[in-house]
Amino acid sequence: MTEAPKEAGFETRAIHAGAAPDPVTGARNTPIFQTTSYVFEDAEHAADLFNLQTFGFIYSRLNNPTVSVLEERLASLENGRAAVCAASGHAAQFLTFFTLLGPGDEFVASRNLYGGSITQFGHSFPKLGWKCHFVDPTDPENFRRALTPKCKAIFLEVLANPGGIVVDLEAVAAIANEAGIPLIVDNTMATPYLCQPFDWGADLVVHSTTKFLAGHGNSLGGVVIEKGTFDWAQNGKFPSMTEPEPAYHDLIFYETFGDFGFTMKARAVALRDFGPALSPTNAFYTINGIETLPLRMDRHVGNAQAVAEFLQHHKAVDWVSYAGLKSSPSYDLARKYLPKGPGAVFTIGLKGGFDAGVRLVESVNLISHLANVGDAKSLVIHPASTTHQQMDSEALAFAGVGEELVRLSVGLEYIGDLTGDLDQALMASQKG
Amino acid sequence: MPSLASASLSGNTTDMDVLFYSDADLKEVLNSVHTIAMVGASANPVRPSNFVMKYLQGKGFRIIPVNPGHPGEQLHGETTYASLDDIPDRFQMVDIFRPSDVIEPIMDNVIALAPGKGISVVWMQLQIRNDAAALKGEQAGLKVIMNRCPKIEYARLHGELGWGGINSGIISSKRPKLVRRD
Repeated sequence: MTEAPKEAGFETRAIHAGAAPDPVTGARNTPIFQTTSYVFEDAEHAADLFNLQTFGFIYSRLNNPTVSVLEERLASLENGRAAVCAASGHAAQFLTFFTLLGPGDEFVASRNLYGGSITQFGHSFPKLGWKCHFVDPTDPENFRRALTPKCKAIFLEVLANPGGIVVDLEAVAAIANEAGIPLIVDNTMATPYLCQPFDWGADLVVHSTTKFLAGHGNSLGGVVIEKGTFDWAQNGKFPSMTEPEPAYHDLIFYETFGDFGFTMKARAVALRDFGPALSPTNAFYTINGIETLPLRMDRHVGNAQAVAEFLQHHKAVDWVSYAGLKSSPSYDLARKYLPKGPGAVFTIGLKGGFDAGVRLVESVNLISHLANVGDAKSLVIHPASTTHQQMDSEALAFAGVGEELVRLSVGLEYIGDLTGDLDQALMASQKG
Repeated sequence: MPSLASASLSGNTTDMDVLFYSDADLKEVLNSVHTIAMVGASANPVRPSNFVMKYLQGKGFRIIPVNPGHPGEQLHGETTYASLDDIPDRFQMVDIFRPSDVIEPIMDNVIALAPGKGISVVWMQLQIRNDAAALKGEQAGLKVIMNRCPKIEYARLHGELGWGGINSGIISSKRPKLVRRD
């Protein structure tokens, strides 16, 4: 018997996976290949590339050497087989579902998702003939109850944005497995450093790399990663994987590419035909960000825990929803799935409701009032007056976003400066 | 060289066992063979066997197509034979593009031919796996690889697969050698 070699550690792969010195120049850092296209060796080589019959670069809408480094690095960090990047997390979700679904198909999703995903699934996907059933993820059986024969996937955020809710991944994975459909996990809020969804039965992982992976608020990006063990031929539900693809002279993707067939299909058809390619410059910033991901995430969760504990005892704060607090209903699940810490994005409820929320975001001096998360800088937003302002109180309550709710993304600053800024802004929020 | 397949092949084997082949062993196989008989080689240019043959030819391997439906026909510059028995030349590896449930007679044929032809490796393509046949082959001294593609493995081990975002599992600070076609 040959022993499986011990894989390099996470921290090592965060710096090296997918990258190597440039063979021509010896450049050690991954260069930005700022080019649209690549010269063919001859006409036959070009034809073989276009037909996916040999390996190589064609046109940067399909693949690019800088983007490829990021793709392989993310596939490695998630312990997956292959990955394809996209211009944003939303674009990555689109590539994923376009590869899985046809008109009339359905899927089940947790209702505790980033608001933009709720809108994408609930309002834009139906225009393509795809129906999403949203369920409360706190009881895994809700996913099973919502499944229909037309459902082709289950989607969830393991660490939900913004609520600080952790979903019981293993239980939902068992339900998806029984139904013969893939479990897709959005791992954006946790990153592969804090949570490894493939270890718990997920089949596909998506990220907005814009957040903690890039980590510095400078580059949009998204990715879908394939574990490589899902059997696409088990039940006839995935013809795009198992039947001849007319757009590629009837090539059968699962047969031809095996355990990275999904990634190839998402790239060769969805990315090619809809075009949301990641720019090489954004890939470069994201690659550089990921090199320090383990260090940053340790500081992010350390600071988040300290801020949450500080806020829990603050007289202007009604409640704190952070899965790292023993008072959180997600505390035990967080210990299981996110043992290094449940991320750095969470919500608090202010005394004084809507007006207090507005005053808080207008009073912070160090923390930035904006609509992003996962930056080295600490960020704050009051959804009821910004991202969710079109909703009335009833709709806000259904979305789990009360008028008193404020979302924090805790950055890497000195903890005393963060609690100091929050303290003065919280005091100001109470002066009506 | 130790067995390429997992230890379970000689013990209790189930379909759930994950096959493992080390990079070093795969490299040794791909470096040690020069001529490959390809069972199930297709003249249809969108069938994987057709472009796997073409790709491996481009990397310097000689591929001899075997297809009982098209004996005597030319494929990528080589003559197709009806069976392994009909191939006049020596070959070190048999690459199989046939369903899992028809592998055993092919394996028996390979075992019978192995000493005379110098065959040392039997390779089954993606989604093709027959543990009983593999055990038989290993007991006869053959190296057996299942559910892998030599084109994909060659590309992965030579740094060509990175363009597709595929996890090669390779970590190295060495300056790679340029891969040349032809």
